[in-house]
Amino acid sequence: MDRKGAMARRAAGAAAFASGLAPTLAQAAKEYNLQPPVTPIATHIFDLHVYIMLICAVIFVGVFSVMFYSIFAHRKSKGHQAAQFHENTLIEIVWTVIPFLILVVMAIPATRTILAMKDSSVPDLTVKITGSQWKWSYDYLDDGFGYYSNLSTPLAQIEEGAPKGEHYLLEVDEPMVVPVGKKIRLLITSSDVIHAWFLPAAGVQQDAIPGFVRDDWMRFDKPGIFRGQCAKICGKEHGFMPIVVEVKSADDYAKWLAGHKKAAAAAADDPNKVWDAKDLIARGEKVYAANCASCHQPTGKGVAGAFPALDGSKVVTGPKNDQIKTVLNGVVRNGQPTAMVAWKGTLSDIDIAAVITYTRNSWSNHTGEAIQPAEVKADRS
Amino acid sequence: MSSIPHDHAAGHDVDHEHAHHPGGIMRWITTTNHKDIGTLYLWFSFIMFLTGGVMALAIRAELFEPGLQLVEPEFFNQLNTVHGLIMIFGAIMPAAVGFANWQVPLMIGAPDMAFARMNNWSFWLLPFAAVLLLSSFLVPGGAASAGWTLYAPLSVQTGMGMDLTIFAIHIMGASSIMGSINIITTILNMRAPGMTMMKMPLFVWTWLITAYLLIAVMPVLAGAVTMLLTDRHFGTSFFNAAGGGDPVLYQHIFWFFGHPEVYIMILPSFGIVSTIIPAFARKPLFGYASMVYATGSIAILSFLVWAHHMFTVGMPVAGQVFFMYATMLIAVPTAVKVFNWVATMWRGSMTLETPMLFAIGFIFMFTVGGFTGLVLSLVPVDIVLHDTYYVVAHFHYVLVAGSLFAFFGGIYFWLPKWCGRMYDETLGKWHFWMTFVFFNITFFPMHFLGLAGMPRRVPDYATQFTDWNEVASIGAFGFGLSQLIFLYAVLKAIRSGPPAPARPWEGADTLEWTLPSPAPYHTFETPPHIQ
Repeated sequence: MDRKGAMARRAAGAAAFASGLAPTLAQAAKEYNLQPPVTPIATHIFDLHVYIMLICAVIFVGVFSVMFYSIFAHRKSKGHQAAQFHENTLIEIVWTVIPFLILVVMAIPATRTILAMKDSSVPDLTVKITGSQWKWSYDYLDDGFGYYSNLSTPLAQIEEGAPKGEHYLLEVDEPMVVPVGKKIRLLITSSDVIHAWFLPAAGVQQDAIPGFVRDDWMRFDKPGIFRGQCAKICGKEHGFMPIVVEVKSADDYAKWLAGHKKAAAAAADDPNKVWDAKDLIARGEKVYAANCASCHQPTGKGVAGAFPALDGSKVVTGPKNDQIKTVLNGVVRNGQPTAMVAWKGTLSDIDIAAVITYTRNSWSNHTGEAIQPAEVKADRS
Repeated sequence: MSSIPHDHAAGHDVDHEHAHHPGGIMRWITTTNHKDIGTLYLWFSFIMFLTGGVMALAIRAELFEPGLQLVEPEFFNQLNTVHGLIMIFGAIMPAAVGFANWQVPLMIGAPDMAFARMNNWSFWLLPFAAVLLLSSFLVPGGAASAGWTLYAPLSVQTGMGMDLTIFAIHIMGASSIMGSINIITTILNMRAPGMTMMKMPLFVWTWLITAYLLIAVMPVLAGAVTMLLTDRHFGTSFFNAAGGGDPVLYQHIFWFFGHPEVYIMILPSFGIVSTIIPAFARKPLFGYASMVYATGSIAILSFLVWAHHMFTVGMPVAGQVFFMYATMLIAVPTAVKVFNWVATMWRGSMTLETPMLFAIGFIFMFTVGGFTGLVLSLVPVDIVLHDTYYVVAHFHYVLVAGSLFAFFGGIYFWLPKWCGRMYDETLGKWHFWMTFVFFNITFFPMHFLGLAGMPRRVPDYATQFTDWNEVASIGAFGFGLSQLIFLYAVLKAIRSGPPAPARPWEGADTLEWTLPSPAPYHTFETPPHIQ
């Protein structure tokens, strides 16, 4: 008992020592350990993990030294005679109590970290994060704007074996941007199925649950670009909805914020403007690539049995109001939403008009029609 | 256990062996014999093991390098989902029931299972469930693709493959429940005179407790998937917030089944290992009573830890802390078991035949899985490892190197009794070492992938994960091919192995070894008497 107790104490001592070394270890063992932490919480987690692993390693080596020594020495081929002892109540009690005490030693720092992680009070900034199949959107609630963040890795790299870029699958058209050193409260939800917003270096993973808002928080120690992914299976493009967070200095963040607010104001289109077909198709192509192509495919051919083709589709070549309503409200079967979700909350009237115009004038579809934003607006209700 | 008089009636049974049942295929369809049914379960589970294994190899082939090469993401998700369901419900659980069918009556001195006809039905439901599950690949929209956990609302969204999966789960659940009732009734009522509960072999104990767990939780799973079914087709909103439901409710119900399920899959293996180790250490099991209590404690605790699968749903501090402490507590009875096994080996007189190698491999690697489980039980650490490859590594260490290794050991151990012939020791050792080495090449690197932040269930990954994925894929193909050695070793033993003596293992002392090898078709018609 004394020997094991001493072992546990030594382990605790070694772990405390190692916690001091953690940042160094992080560099040395990058490929074999958690990502280098960039927030105070992630640093706690990193140290906790190292501490637990050291305790586990000591126990593991201890137990299996005994077992392998026994396998080596107590063998019939060595002429070892079997002893016949098979019970000892004292030793059973001892080796029930010791693991329990080791667990207490593990639970204390873990509990302390949980309490710190859960304290999302008094934030400097609140960002609402919404997961949807298959992208994230970031709404800066304090500043009244928001945007979608789509995977920007070209399809050629994913499907056609083109040389992969440095940040293959972990790059987006527009990252989440936050200031360094500020407490950022995250309100996380989803518009369809469960996703999980996972940024390992920040020590944050929170499920995005449709119909519910969960909160979490983070505070970055230093500027930089940090990458993660959706962690909860959410359908076919689950592996293709990355998370990129760019941490800027206070000045750079202020500039970014001002620029973004201005751009957001400028982008607020006049809903009554009459667009010509060429502009709508050009805009629609982008909307299609970002929102529709993953199911209906860039070729408009869909996927047989799962996602219908738009090329030659009766809906896309038929009465335009049917298509507008389908895009606005999604397809509901037996009272349940299908993979064709409602886009009315996600896309603006202009984007919907543009993407419908694009689909009605692409591939083998040649309706020659241009759908105006006002028509979409009229069908919203 | 205790020494018992030899069953002299056994020779008499042999003479009549062919008189009581039809031949050919009808023997297997109509059989009510626990040995035949045990054999059916074991072959069925092996076929399912290969089926699920081929799916795993397709997954690993796709993940050999970044980019999409072989399968489309939808099909990848289907493979992932059905691989999990097949391995759990088709391979591991039926294999355990196969062992119970063969061994429980033999080890307690009963002539057969309590409900012989229900036993037949329990088995014959399974092939139909498997066909239903596998045929879902052929329907529009393909098989279920939401992961084996079938989380709503994703599972509400997908095609009719999900409905077939739900029905398959219902049928497999009914099979498990009937099997469990049979096992409990047999153990409680049909023990030979003198075999008190605390004299039962540990394998019988672990199965008794497993059977109670199954009866407690299979209906819960049936409830969860039925709610999915009505959400999908009948307008209910159990898991839809827009209709007043909650997607997280599904997870609570599912894991209330799912965590005891983990122990359902491992407890029979504990029993097998606790039988093999004393036999090859030639020394009684150390701490028999404490092993029984530890198994019971694990079973009870298993009902109190389900939400550790859900630490990222955003539960309150009190919830996280409670489920963390309860989960950590499971380490105590588990550690007691490992210490008892090591103490059984200590100062024994060991030989290292194939069953013993698998048992030692089990202890060693199951402990690795136990430690990673402890790491995952700590909420803060789980937050950065949840749904990453670290979790994939963890549960393959406990389910493959745990359950499956024990089953391999059990098959080599009892094969002489079952078919009356010895397996080829060299082949068995090759099978063990290939399996052991390739298992670790496959799954150990997954710890590093998870720590580095690679999520599970993705068909493609960022380039920094390439090296370890390549290693894991190579290991997986080696692991898969190694199982063909097992098939060959078993077939060779059945066809042309040298005849086995009644008790081929010097240290084996449970009741079945008092019977001749192969065990006659009917055994213990007159119960043996245990002193």
